Amino acid sequence: MSTEFAKAFVMAVGVVGPAISIGWIGSKAMESIGRNPESAGKILVPMLLSCAFAEAIAIYCLVIAFSI
Amino acid sequence: MTEAKELNKINEEVSHEVTLYAEPIAHYGNFTITNALATSWAVVGIILIFSVILRKKMKEVPGKFQNIFELVSETALSLFDQVTNNRKLSLQIFPFAISAFFFILLNNWFGILPLGGFGLIERGEHGLAFLPFLRGGTADINTTLALAVMAVLGANIFGIFSIGVWKTFNKYVNLKVLGGIFTKIRKNPTVIIVAPITFFVGLIEIAGEFAKVASLSFRLFGNILAGEVLLASISALLAYGAPIPFFFLEILVGVIQALIFSMLLVVYFTVASQDHDHDEHESHEEHKLVTV
Repeated sequence: MSTEFAKAFVMAVGVVGPAISIGWIGSKAMESIGRNPESAGKILVPMLLSCAFAEAIAIYCLVIAFSI
Repeated sequence: MTEAKELNKINEEVSHEVTLYAEPIAHYGNFTITNALATSWAVVGIILIFSVILRKKMKEVPGKFQNIFELVSETALSLFDQVTNNRKLSLQIFPFAISAFFFILLNNWFGILPLGGFGLIERGEHGLAFLPFLRGGTADINTTLALAVMAVLGANIFGIFSIGVWKTFNKYVNLKVLGGIFTKIRKNPTVIIVAPITFFVGLIEIAGEFAKVASLSFRLFGNILAGEVLLASISALLAYGAPIPFFFLEILVGVIQALIFSMLLVVYFTVASQDHDHDEHESHEEHKLVTV
């Protein structure tokens, strides 16, 4: 019971930060594309990279949730 | 009697759960061969064959095959140039980074090959379990940990070769700054406060190296394992059609993770090959400003 709860808690808490940050990354990228539409190609790769970095934090939680 | 047993065996539920650890598929004496290990050997073999063929057929005017790889290496070099700002340095780092990139990329993609359907059915702790022959090598913490240790140790060794043992050592245990207390105290008394702080920052840098290893290895491992879990659970929900978009997602994630790993490797190598000394740098800048 308590380990089940720990898993759920880890995922629930650990996902909040990355969710906010990915939303932020996306919104900032949209904003800058709106300002300068030609830069869309240049923005895409760094945006994907930072999305992956933010996502990795949720994935650490997933690994922890799997291992407990 | 035996027939009934056989039937019983077939009717029993076979679990397809994705495990955190790589499953052993064969034993060679004391040595256990896991499916992740077998996949990484296959990947190494493929890379070897490709590179040997490529080397033999190298021409001044590239064919289709060579053209693809030239395109990939040109793109990679220009990406590295953005990090290093120095063509010579990026050419030195290029072999490490590109081989890590291809190894990780192929490993990520091997995990999601449909060939994962081939495997053994074995009796485990919780009844019958399915052991696939193919499991992406990067979906095993041992592989990613080895890669991460290689990247960080390699960066430090690269730093030793490019700026010398003494300067690399001073990045971590900053004896030079401690010595500076005695030599600079006449000119600048604040050094007695600043120098111990700089020394402790150097010590923190040692912990930072271990953090680098942890984050590199867990990021790669977690992403690929999460992909496998995702695919397994989507297939369990709806076996036909539904997993296809997720397969595309996993192909993309495989490329992105390989790219991230190799870019971070380049960043670590670049940082290691640069001198930490800010004093010299700052005075240089000031000098430039004065002359302008």
